[in-house]
Amino acid sequence: MEPALEAHRLHFAFTITFHYLFPQLTMGLALLIVYLKTQALRTGDEHYNRSARFWARIFGINFALGVVTGIPMEFQFGTNWAEFSKTAGGVIGQTLAMEGVFSFFLESSFLGLFLYGEKKLGRIGHWWSAVLVFVGSWLSGYFIVATDAWMQNPTGYVIGPHGEIVLSSFWGLLLNRWALWQYAHNMLGAVQTGCFVMAGIGAFYLLTKRDEPYGKTFVRTGVIVGAIAACLQLFPTGDMQGKLIAEYQPATLAAMEGVFRTEEGAPLVILGQPDVQNRKLDNPLQVPRMLSFLTYQKWAAKVKGLDSFPQELWPDRIALLYYSYHVMVGLGTIFIAVMGLAAILLWRGKLYETKWMLWLLMISIPMPYIANTAGWMTAELGRQPWLIYGLMRTAHGVSPQVGAGNTWFTLIGFMGMYTVLAILFLFLVWREIEIGPEPRKTAGPELDSLVAD
Amino acid sequence: METIWFCLVAVMVALYVLLDGFDLGAGAIHLFVARTDEERRQVLASIGPVWDGNEVWLLAAGGTLYFAFPALYAGAFSGFYLPLMMVLWLLILRGTAIEFRNHIKSAVWDPLWDFLFCASSLLLAVFYGAALGNVVRGVPLDGSGYFFEPLWTNFRLGEQTGILDWYTVLVGVLALAALVMHGALWVQWKTPGPVSERSARVAGRAWWAIVALTALVTATTFRIQPQVLANFKTWPWGFILPVVAVAGLAGVKFELARKDERKAFFASCAYLTGMLTSAVFGLYPMVLPGRNPAYSLTTTSAKAGLYGLQVGLIWWAMGMVLAAGYFTYLYRSFAGKVNIEGDSHESDD
Repeated sequence: MEPALEAHRLHFAFTITFHYLFPQLTMGLALLIVYLKTQALRTGDEHYNRSARFWARIFGINFALGVVTGIPMEFQFGTNWAEFSKTAGGVIGQTLAMEGVFSFFLESSFLGLFLYGEKKLGRIGHWWSAVLVFVGSWLSGYFIVATDAWMQNPTGYVIGPHGEIVLSSFWGLLLNRWALWQYAHNMLGAVQTGCFVMAGIGAFYLLTKRDEPYGKTFVRTGVIVGAIAACLQLFPTGDMQGKLIAEYQPATLAAMEGVFRTEEGAPLVILGQPDVQNRKLDNPLQVPRMLSFLTYQKWAAKVKGLDSFPQELWPDRIALLYYSYHVMVGLGTIFIAVMGLAAILLWRGKLYETKWMLWLLMISIPMPYIANTAGWMTAELGRQPWLIYGLMRTAHGVSPQVGAGNTWFTLIGFMGMYTVLAILFLFLVWREIEIGPEPRKTAGPELDSLVAD
Repeated sequence: METIWFCLVAVMVALYVLLDGFDLGAGAIHLFVARTDEERRQVLASIGPVWDGNEVWLLAAGGTLYFAFPALYAGAFSGFYLPLMMVLWLLILRGTAIEFRNHIKSAVWDPLWDFLFCASSLLLAVFYGAALGNVVRGVPLDGSGYFFEPLWTNFRLGEQTGILDWYTVLVGVLALAALVMHGALWVQWKTPGPVSERSARVAGRAWWAIVALTALVTATTFRIQPQVLANFKTWPWGFILPVVAVAGLAGVKFELARKDERKAFFASCAYLTGMLTSAVFGLYPMVLPGRNPAYSLTTTSAKAGLYGLQVGLIWWAMGMVLAAGYFTYLYRSFAGKVNIEGDSHESDD
C-alpha cells in the first residue's frame, strides 16, 4: 500500500474510533436520563431527579469530549479524502449538512439549558430539555449512519458527465434499507453502553456500600433496559445486518466468517486464526452447518467462500476483519447472558445481594465499548477495498496533494492530544463518581484537598 | 441556483463569524479584562450557554459548503490541510478549556485552562483571518482543482505562496483586532462591574487599530486581487456593503461614547458583516481564486448536481427556521447581564 494512503486510512480510523467512544455513551445515556426524568415527573420523587442530575454531570463531560472530537470528523472528508469528497460530496454532503442543521443546533441549544437551567425551566420545561437533547443526539446518529450506509450500499444516485456521483433521489438516500437496519443495530449498541455504564456504577455503589438507594436505581434501570437491548441487538437487528451483507457484500461475509472455500452446509466458526496466505483456519472450533442455516435458513445451503471471488475484490485486511466480527458477536452473546442473568436475579429479588453478579456488572463496563468499536471496524473493514461499495476504491479517494509526511504529522498530533483528553476524561468522571449522587453542600471536594489526601 | 447557494453559504459563514466571533473575542481578552476567579467566571458565564451553539454554525456552514460545492470543499480543505488541522486542535483545546475549567477549583487547575482558553481563542482569530486572506489573495491551484500550501514559503506573494505571507498575516492581525473589539463589546454588554468597564476600554483601544488596519488591508486588497475592483465597477450597488462596514465602525465609536452597550455590539456586527460581504462580493463568481486566474474555482465549476441543490433548499430552509427558533429561545432565556450565583444545578437541592 502507498505510504500516503496508509497514513490517511490510519488517520481517519484513529480519530473516528476515539471519537465514537463518547457519542455511544451520550446516545445511550440520553435515553436513560429521559427515563429517570420521566419517573421523577410521574412519581414526584426527588430521588429520581437527583439520579438524573448525577448522570447529567457525567453526560456533560462526555458530551463535551464528543463535540470536540467530532468536529475533526466532518473536516477530514475534505482534508484527507478530497477526491472522495469531490466525487460524492453532492450526495453524502446532504446527510452531513442535515446533521448540522437538524441535530447539532437542537442539541447544542438545549444541552446548556438541560445542564444549567433546571431552576429556570421548571419541572416540565426541564423534562422537555432532556427530551430534546435525546432527540438531537439520536437524529445525529441517524444522519451519520445514513452517510455510512450509503457508502456500504449506495442508493438514490446517478453518475454525472465527469464521473461525479449526483444525487437523484433524496428519499432513496435517506431511507436506504441498509441505513434503517444499521441504525437500529447501532443505536442498540449505544443503549447497551449506557446500560452497562449505569448498571456498573450502580454495582460499584452497592459493593462499596455507599449511596445504596441510587446504586439500586442505577442497577435496576441498566439491567432492565440492557437485557432488552442485548436481545434486540442479536435478533432481529444483527441478524438482518448479516443478511444484508450476504446479499450485497458476499465477499465480506466470507471474510468475516473465515470461509475460504465455498461449501454446502457451511459451519459457523467460533474460534480459529485465519491463515490468509494458505487460505485456511488454524485450530478451528466450528458448529457444523450452522452458518448455512443462519444465513439462508437451510442446513445445506451453499455459502460462497473467498475462493468464489477474484482476489482484488477481497477485503484487504481479512484477519483484522475476521477478529473484529468475532469479538463483536462474541461479546454480544456474552452481554445477553450477563444482562439476562442479572435480570432474572432482579426479578427474583436477589440481585442487590448477589455479590458476584454485581462484580461482573462492574468489571463489564469497558466491554460494550470494545463491542461497539469492533462492530464499526467490521462494517468499515468489510467495506474494503471499496470506499463506496462497488463505485469507488479506497485508494482512489485520498487527497492527491497531501503527502504521507504531512498526514503523519497531524496524526501524531491527534494521538498526543487525545491521550491527554482520555486521561482528563477518566479523571473527571472518576471524580464525579467519587462525589456521588447525593446533593453537595459546596461545589465538591477541591483538587488541592484530593491531592493532600 | 448556484448563486443562491453561494449567498446562503456566505450568510452562514457571516453568522458564524458574528456569533462565534464574540465568544472567540471574549476568550482573547479573558486574561486581560478578568483578573479574579469570580471575574473570570463572569466572562465564561457570558458565553457559557451559547458558545457551543455558535460553533455549530461552523459545522453547518461546512456541511452546506460540502454538498453545494463539493469540488470547492475538496480543493480548499485538502489545500489548507495544515492550517485546518491546527484550527481543529485549537478548537479542541478551547472547547475542553471552557467545559473543564469550572469542574475543579484549584491553584493548579483553573489558571491553566484560563490560559489555554485565551491563547487558543487568540490564535484562532489570527488563523481565521489568515484563511480569509488566503482566499482573497488566491492559492496555487493547478488544472486539477487541487493545491497544497505549506505553512510558509518566503512570505512573498509569488507563484508558490504559503499560508502565511505578509498579506495574510496582515489580514490575520486585522481579524484579531476586529474580534477582540467584537468580543469586548459582548463582554461589556453581558457582564457587570469592573469586567464590563475594562472591556469597554479594550474595545476603545482596538477600535483605533481596526481603523488603521482596515484602511491598509482594503488598499492592498485592491492591488492584490483585481477582481474586487472589477466587481464593484460592474455592480455599483455593491458599494453599499463597504458603506455598512464603515457605518458600523463609526457606530461602535459613537455608541461606546454614549455608553449604549447593546447598540455598540450590534454596530460591531454591522462592521463585520460589511467587511465579510464586501470580500465575498468582490470575489464572485470565484469561490477559490487561483494564483493563475485560469485555474480559479467558480460557482459553476464547483457546484453539485441541480436536483441536490433544489432538494437541499427545501430542507435547508426548514432547518434554518427551526435553528432560528432555538437561538431566539436560547438567547432570550439568557437575556441580561450574567449573574454567576445560582446558575448550576447543584444549587437546586
